[in-house]
Amino acid sequence: MRTWKRVSAYFFVLPCLALFGVFLFYPFAKTIYLSLYKTNNLGQAQIYVGLDNYREVLQSASFHNSLKVTLIFVFIVVLVSMLMGLFNALLCQKSFPGIRFFSTAYALPMSIASASAAMIFRLMLDPTIGIVNKLLGLNISWIQNPHYALLSVALLTAWLNSGINFLYFSAGLTTIDETLYERASVDGANEWQKLFRITLPSLRPILFYTLVVNIILAFQSFGQVKILTSGGPGESTNLIVFSIYRNAFFNFRFGTAATESVILFFIIFILTLLMFRSENKNNSPKKESK
Amino acid sequence: MSQAKKNIPQLQKRKARHSFPLLILNLICGLFMLFPLLYAVSIAFMPSSELFNMDLNLLPKQPTLENFASALSKMPLGRFILNSFIVSLAITGGQIISCSLAAFAFSFLDFKGKDGLFMLIMATMMIPGEATIISNYLTVSSWQWLESYKVLIVPYLTSAMGIFLFRQFYQNFPISLYEAARMDGCSNLRFIVTILLPLSKPAIGAMAVYTFINAWNMFMWPLLVTSSEKMRTVQIGISMLDSVDSKSLTMMIAGVVLIILPSISIFILGQKQLIKGMFNGAVKG
Repeated sequence: MRTWKRVSAYFFVLPCLALFGVFLFYPFAKTIYLSLYKTNNLGQAQIYVGLDNYREVLQSASFHNSLKVTLIFVFIVVLVSMLMGLFNALLCQKSFPGIRFFSTAYALPMSIASASAAMIFRLMLDPTIGIVNKLLGLNISWIQNPHYALLSVALLTAWLNSGINFLYFSAGLTTIDETLYERASVDGANEWQKLFRITLPSLRPILFYTLVVNIILAFQSFGQVKILTSGGPGESTNLIVFSIYRNAFFNFRFGTAATESVILFFIIFILTLLMFRSENKNNSPKKESK
Repeated sequence: MSQAKKNIPQLQKRKARHSFPLLILNLICGLFMLFPLLYAVSIAFMPSSELFNMDLNLLPKQPTLENFASALSKMPLGRFILNSFIVSLAITGGQIISCSLAAFAFSFLDFKGKDGLFMLIMATMMIPGEATIISNYLTVSSWQWLESYKVLIVPYLTSAMGIFLFRQFYQNFPISLYEAARMDGCSNLRFIVTILLPLSKPAIGAMAVYTFINAWNMFMWPLLVTSSEKMRTVQIGISMLDSVDSKSLTMMIAGVVLIILPSISIFILGQKQLIKGMFNGAVKG
């Protein structure tokens, strides 16, 4: 009876565990395995080459470019998207008529698919009939010009991700003690002082969490790149994820693509670890003083 | 007393005066944030001829429903939408079942390796989808699973995030209720079905909204594993039409508006649930 009880517990985790095993752990291991082999067109491992794939990828000009544009892309996306989310959250911090409508509006982009958004933006950014050029009185080929293509995709992504940032920051703002503001008002602090002395410092814990989520989210952008620019013009928007897709499913270089996947995993993994560590360091004196 | 009474209207007036500039600021900012969506809706109602000129054509001069009609008749949009609904609903239902069962075991049962297993599942959140997608593609194609509903559904029937969300919710659940039910001879499964699930509606709601929207918006996986129009989901179906001549641009945008509607509606309806579920202990700092 007791052993049955013990064993029966596993039945409840079994469906999840089986799915994780087949579609997550196994393929993750297989990706690492493939990255050590030369593969044929069908993605079967052929010749063991050790770390040759890594050497090749890390030395290739194309991957250097991917790495560079990905870092620029992530930087723009995270910065703009977090500023948008923060600004919108600050606008909804105090109550005003219509606040519920606007909070929904600011969160809304999180429910929109990158593919759908990319199709709308492609029309908006059209050099001749696009509304962006018309409104700004410009004549820029946003998507066809390598100088602007990365910026266009990044701003689209920032818009998409701003919705979840609005939610994170709004949640952060509700935790701030109202009396802090009242006391500051009594002391004659103006709105800017309140913002920089009370609001922003109080958001620090959530700021860190949001930053990590944003970086991971930005690294994984794919649909908008595929639809808006297909990695081009040239390789100006060939982000790592897109380069993985292109190597595997157009060039049928599965070994190379697997190698890039493993490198991407390590980049995200290390970034996450680094930020958790720096956060712990920054937080520890505060905890002690409490 | 009288002074307090006098103060109330004054306070309200001050509040109103304060909130007016805030409202104006929000109107400007809201318009900016919603602009891509509003513009898409406007274009969806615009006759194709009005789009192709150099004027500032923000709103259609002669609104028409023709774009929607041709979006539904000239491309298999109905089929795409049906496919997406089948896939998204199956994924949502499957995740709710598999994740709530696992979270139940992690919260209420004792078994060997429980903590290690939970940590292992949480660690999977660190693995980006791109690190597994190639191998997964090779696996399912070797099983001859391409071009089917199951290939779109089965790999997504569980999620670490879902298990985390349910477990977080069950942590606040009185364990004495479980023990009492067990004393009365209630089996684990019956406890889940008759007591636990009915009481976890908030968690289920949050999970349903989150999972449905993600499934509806899926792009990379369906792009890889389907190629026939019959099996395409909405995001792939519409974007693969972009080779169509430029005259059908307005039709395409009408199609985009139609496929955005379900995910937006579900978001607006389930927003409260979603936010409550997301921030229930998940982001406390």
